Amino acid sequence: MLKDWFTNGIPIAEGTEWLTDQITEGFSFLFEPIKEHFGEFMEFTADKLMLVPPFIIIIIVALIAFFISGKKLGLAAFSIVGLWLIDNQGYWEHLINTFTLVLIASLLSVIIGVPIGILMSKSNTVEAIMKPILDFMQTMPAFVYLIPAVAFFGIGMVPGIFASLIFATPPTVRFTNLGIRQVSKELVEASEAFGSTGTQKLLKVELPMAKATIMAGINQTVMLALSMVVIASMIGAPGLGREVLSALQRAQVGTGFVAGIGIVILAIIIDRFTQSANSKE
Amino acid sequence: MPIIEAKNLTKVFGKNPKQAIELLNQGSSKEEILKKTGSTVGVNKASFSVEPGEIFVIMGLSGSGKSTLVRLINRLIEPTTGSILIDGQDLAKMDKKELRQVRREKLGMVFQRFALFPNRTVLQNAEYGLEIQKLPKEERAKKAREALELVGLGGYTDQKPDQLSGGMQQRVGLARALANDPEVLLMDEAFSALDPLIRKDMQDELIDLQSTMKKTIIFITHDLDEALRIGDRIALMKDGSIVQIGTPEEILMNPANDYVERFVEDVDRSKVLTANHIMKRPETINIEKHGPRVALERMKEAGISSILAVDSKRNLKGYVTAEDASEAKKKDIRDISEILLTDIKQVEKDTPMNEIFTIINGSSIPTAVVENDRLVGIIVRGAVIAALAGESEVDSEYA
Repeated sequence: MLKDWFTNGIPIAEGTEWLTDQITEGFSFLFEPIKEHFGEFMEFTADKLMLVPPFIIIIIVALIAFFISGKKLGLAAFSIVGLWLIDNQGYWEHLINTFTLVLIASLLSVIIGVPIGILMSKSNTVEAIMKPILDFMQTMPAFVYLIPAVAFFGIGMVPGIFASLIFATPPTVRFTNLGIRQVSKELVEASEAFGSTGTQKLLKVELPMAKATIMAGINQTVMLALSMVVIASMIGAPGLGREVLSALQRAQVGTGFVAGIGIVILAIIIDRFTQSANSKE
Repeated sequence: MPIIEAKNLTKVFGKNPKQAIELLNQGSSKEEILKKTGSTVGVNKASFSVEPGEIFVIMGLSGSGKSTLVRLINRLIEPTTGSILIDGQDLAKMDKKELRQVRREKLGMVFQRFALFPNRTVLQNAEYGLEIQKLPKEERAKKAREALELVGLGGYTDQKPDQLSGGMQQRVGLARALANDPEVLLMDEAFSALDPLIRKDMQDELIDLQSTMKKTIIFITHDLDEALRIGDRIALMKDGSIVQIGTPEEILMNPANDYVERFVEDVDRSKVLTANHIMKRPETINIEKHGPRVALERMKEAGISSILAVDSKRNLKGYVTAEDASEAKKKDIRDISEILLTDIKQVEKDTPMNEIFTIINGSSIPTAVVENDRLVGIIVRGAVIAALAGESEVDSEYA
């Protein structure tokens, strides 16, 4: 067999395919319900959001923007004009779909990423194992994740979320690890010297002290998840990305530009929101 | 019984502590071990015991292992070998839960750079130790407030630490440690980051606090003056080993080796030594019994030109010079009070030498040392100069 490998090349591609097939079959009991129920849940969320009249959402977003930016008008005004423009161009439904995708992908990334980051910060072994995995996850072209995603979950929002998760989780993991490792040694010692348990040390000292760094990581994660929406639309995820993709396929510069602007507006609003949640402390 | 007792406490940092311990037992030096094994000896067989209510200072230059040693006492750093007994229990053998309990109930710690939690208010900082013991909210707030009152920060409970000055921040650090009401306070260079004047105030306050609260304090410092000022006993460290343990006077007067001697060479002895160290037993006459004749005889015997006069209770009454006494003897005056001079200079037993120096300067007769008006000793100028020069024989010769 070894000789065969040298003459014909190591069958990595075949191996990967075989593995993916095995996983798809072996875990179908897990993937099928996820595909079904999670897909339903996402559609349900998007549908409910779409029931709310656009102007109410615009007002709510503007109000939140006003208060989190320290009662300044800039972000609120931008939110009103930007969101109104998207609605005006007839992309409201796509906007809601994109938002739902980004929101759920980001939430899952945080739920998965923060605990992994904590584990990494506590153990040098875990850190050494995770670092190359994270590098791999981030540098592998995002399109590649679409293939197993389709194999596991078919087409639609769910595989889009899956691909976004893999692509967008690493910053949260990295920054959580970094943030906790950067907490001053004396503060950790103080916490231990007074007899804290490991959990108390984590919850009362390390996580609060690392909060700013972790939030910066979450901000990155949200932005990456948003950047995945165009790519995820290639496997049928609905939203603004799909409009960009179809414009690309039909070479419609105008439509592509408008849908692209919609993504930019959403990106700016989400970015400022996540950032100011951080800078408030 | 000592409250804390360290026996052969040793810490080796590095990958191969066993080999390093063997070399240590064979008597290799810190440098040799580093060269041979790559391991660093942090603390080398430290043994000492601390009595309840004592301020025990661990003093050494940076790299001497003093900060490691204090962290071995509450096991923030795991000892490689040796034992550390607190109230007779070996901390090194405890499991995590027992260790936490000891840290919560018996050991408070104050840090060099304060280590306050910046996201918490002053009150919440002081509450930390009680919070993690899950005390009810009102109770821990009450105790924390009491501790803050004690350090003079009663009015700052709602401020954040970064709104306070360095001295005030360290008071919060002290209050946080005191709120738990621990038996032992570990203070790691607690005042080193403060301005000299504030540092002195804090030292005084610590001594005051200690005299009312009767805590046992283990105080780490690199500042010899600080050590001499607040320490009941001082352990001097070099290269991870304790080179001498003793009272400030013992360290100053009887340095154990050249290192200690060089170390204490530059100390301003005049601030540390008091009249008690340099006075000698006085020649006296009793004015109720003796006349000029006895006075003259005693002066002749001792070879001195004046003699102090006391009553039967040894209360200092004045002095008599040889000249006046022989004059009186010629005129056959019996009553000593006629030639008694009263312009004598007196100092208290605990007057520091730097004050004695100005008093004794320009005075031709010796200075009397009194305690509650009773004469206890006499200081001659030679003794002052000898003590300032650091002659270690001062004790035996003059005391």
